Amino acid sequence: MLADILSGWPPPALDPAGPFNGPIVTLSWVLFAMSGVVLLVVLVATGLALFGGAKWKRRLSGRKLIWIGGLVFPTVVLSALLVYGLALTAHLNAEPEPGEMRVRVTGEMWWWRVAYLDAQGREVLQDANEVHIPAGRPVTFELESADVIHAFWVPPLGGKVDMIPGRRNILRLQADKPGAYGGQCAEYCGGPHALMGLVVVAHEPGEFERWRRSRRAAPAPSDALGQRGAQVFADSGCGACHTVRGSAANGLAGPDLTHVGSRRSLGAGILPNNRGTLAGWVADSQTIKPGNRMPAYKMLSGGDLQAVAAYLESLR
Amino acid sequence: MKRVCAILIGMSLCACDGAKTTPRAIAGADPGAGRAAMERVGCGACHQIPGVRWPQGKVGPSLEGFADRALIAGQLPNQPQTLAAFIRNAPALSPNSGMPPMPVTEEEARDIAAYLYTLDAR
Repeated sequence: MLADILSGWPPPALDPAGPFNGPIVTLSWVLFAMSGVVLLVVLVATGLALFGGAKWKRRLSGRKLIWIGGLVFPTVVLSALLVYGLALTAHLNAEPEPGEMRVRVTGEMWWWRVAYLDAQGREVLQDANEVHIPAGRPVTFELESADVIHAFWVPPLGGKVDMIPGRRNILRLQADKPGAYGGQCAEYCGGPHALMGLVVVAHEPGEFERWRRSRRAAPAPSDALGQRGAQVFADSGCGACHTVRGSAANGLAGPDLTHVGSRRSLGAGILPNNRGTLAGWVADSQTIKPGNRMPAYKMLSGGDLQAVAAYLESLR
Repeated sequence: MKRVCAILIGMSLCACDGAKTTPRAIAGADPGAGRAAMERVGCGACHQIPGVRWPQGKVGPSLEGFADRALIAGQLPNQPQTLAAFIRNAPALSPNSGMPPMPVTEEEARDIAAYLYTLDAR
């Protein structure tokens, strides 16, 4: 369903789009090839042991074969693979360069809190469920969790790293080309874990600067329907959980909605984002994503629902 | 003779019944493209739609058996032109409907209508 807005959904794990995924894919193929060869040898040996002549049967039942095939061969091959794998991936968790762009992503039940950091590590911009980065440059991700163990995984860009409460894990990612890359929580975190998706959007560097400058407070809605929606949003208490910068809504429990209308997806990477799905999400997100922390707003009239959806869509 | 009459009447009734549930054809519209468009814009967020596996929202009515329904949203005649217009801009036809305008082209709306008319009760 999200294939139109993401370059690849489900996320293609063996199709690297950046230098931090390339070595992982190479290592994966080497492992697949090795296990293929071993499987073939075992199958041939089994065949000979069952259907071969007496000579083959005698050879395959000796003690020597157990020593070589069962001990020497795996020790040598697995050790070599370990050394090769470590050498291939050692630089993936090297310390980031000073001055590199930093993003903090915090796993929540069941969405992603995103904060862009300055050089001192202060949050300069909050957002949710979508991370914007410049293409062609490495970006340092600081991965944390607010509740249980989640895992951050954007397969085309890099390996998966766990998000552990009370701990900060570092992951560097780079997208070689602009595009929208799909990600997914990769550690079972309860309830709608499988519906905890994420989008990483890589821009041309100039376009990225334009994007960053556009992240100011959302303007008040200009049309009557949007204004009514803003009123319904305020009256329904949405601001207790959600922040819309530039309005009275300053809740921190749920995703920041200041620019929700410009996101590519809704419900943490699971739905296309438009006025219709916004209305459906507000009225009954529990049917779409059972167990998520937002209640279904079934008390809204059709007109109010439409107005709220129009208001949210206008937050760009 | 009586028996022949009965058979003929029975057959003609069958024919009528058949004609009633023939999907309403929309010239040039493609039901398959309509189903794909519904998945693309996420109609399933609010509606259960046979052929769309996920999501199966309950905000609006299920669209199962839609071809046999007399009214759209309980108030408009279920005719192709009206349905396509409703899909694109429901509030213009029914201001208190919870269904907002949907980002589909006129052609896509006709395709979606064509798909909905393939959904009969049986």
